[in-house]
Amino acid sequence: MAIISTAGLARTFRTGNGPVEAVRGIDLTVREGEILGFLGPNGAGKTTTLRMLTTLLRPTGGAATVAGHDLVGDPAGVRRAVGYVAQSGGVDPQVPVREELVTQGRLYRLTRDQAVRRAAELAEDLGLTGLLDRRTSTLSGGQRRRLDIALGLTHRPKVLFLDEPTTGLDPASRADLWDLVRRLRDEHGTTVFLTTHYLDEADALADRLVVVDGGVVVAEGTPGALKLRHGGSIDATLQETFLAITGRGPAPAGSAPVSV
Amino acid sequence: MLLHDTALVFGRYARQTLRSRFAVLLGLLMPLLHLLFFGPLLTGLPLGGRGSSWQILVPGLLLQLALFGAAFAGFMIIVEKNLGIVERMRVTPVSRLALLLGRVLRDTAVLVVQSVLLVVAALVMGLRAPIWGILAGFAFVALLALSLASLSYAAAMRVRTPQEFGPAVNALIMPSMLLSGLMLPMSLGPRWLDVLSHAVPFRYLVDAMRDAYVGAYATGSMLYGALVALGLAAVAVTVGTRVFVRAGA
Repeated sequence: MAIISTAGLARTFRTGNGPVEAVRGIDLTVREGEILGFLGPNGAGKTTTLRMLTTLLRPTGGAATVAGHDLVGDPAGVRRAVGYVAQSGGVDPQVPVREELVTQGRLYRLTRDQAVRRAAELAEDLGLTGLLDRRTSTLSGGQRRRLDIALGLTHRPKVLFLDEPTTGLDPASRADLWDLVRRLRDEHGTTVFLTTHYLDEADALADRLVVVDGGVVVAEGTPGALKLRHGGSIDATLQETFLAITGRGPAPAGSAPVSV
Repeated sequence: MLLHDTALVFGRYARQTLRSRFAVLLGLLMPLLHLLFFGPLLTGLPLGGRGSSWQILVPGLLLQLALFGAAFAGFMIIVEKNLGIVERMRVTPVSRLALLLGRVLRDTAVLVVQSVLLVVAALVMGLRAPIWGILAGFAFVALLALSLASLSYAAAMRVRTPQEFGPAVNALIMPSMLLSGLMLPMSLGPRWLDVLSHAVPFRYLVDAMRDAYVGAYATGSMLYGALVALGLAAVAVTVGTRVFVRAGA
């Protein structure tokens, strides 16, 4: 069953230099309980698509349904059903971990008692129990990321959107995070929609990949099927496959153009 | 729900203020220095008003405090936008309006508390004014703070870096402060300056507050001051609401 379906989803930004079509028309379907890898080079429209699907940005064209709610007609329904963990996370460095977790519960309209209990549960689940009274600025990169994800899971969303969840993490923290994502799907049936620049991550984690370039979907399928179709063989690396699809590699986050 | 959410957002930012109590006192430094080192210069001068020079100076200093305190409120939201805090809250079902009102009410509360401290210091320096006048003054401070903080957040939602925001706000606030006669009554100056200053809304507020501080409540200045303060608040909250409901979406 489809938990996300979009048709011609588009966003054009008006800028001083004329309109910029960040997303030209995305058609995709995500099945319930699936881990979907959303790949594409820098500027392909990944984050813009994610921000539209989480109601942060109003589409300028097309339509989408997320967890049974129309994106434009019922954004409040979408918000109750989805969790979003942005690349930048979103915690105040001065605020203690417990306070962030409890406030988040209250923002999802839990009572004070429910929010306190949910915070303890999440801390237990994500290995944050010993850190509850620390300010978020004192957490390590991996701990910070787990807190960001805990905040996104506060209301037990049906769909969790993760925007480059492992960027900047050390290898051990990345492996932990992969386990966490798999556990979410296996234990709670959560659908996970994640963008990443790391092809090994997409290969290891995602059931299915959607590759976007220039604001449209240019390929989709399981990692194996994509390798076979675009990379020439099942033994092709995802890197080779990706290059064959987009004509260039997925630039790492924050990479600056090289000046000649 | 709006009330629940506003209280929640207010609580979050009130705790933020309590964590930085020193900054609240630091915010009082500028008006306090004016009170200490500028106030005594005025005591013997003919300022043309009724009452003492303190009854003319203190209302101006209170509005100056609100002006600067509230106009720069938007700084915090630029920082929070860059940390991803604003978007994290906007994907929850929380009322969009509450995200504005909770913040604005925190700023208003802080500025009223600072105003009380400033008035206490002024009483020590020699201010004598009727209690109802002083209370009416706090109401004007609150309305001005509410208005400017709303506008400041609305503007800050559309700006990326604090570097763009600071100079722009300063460029707007400095001339408004000078032209509204917060430091000295505009009636002392040449006619053209007096006329020009009527184009600045704060002029009406300070005139009304000075009336209130000498116990003259049923005056034209009081009426205009109250109308301008309420009108400004209505416009500012409307603008803020539109930006917060739409922002990004």
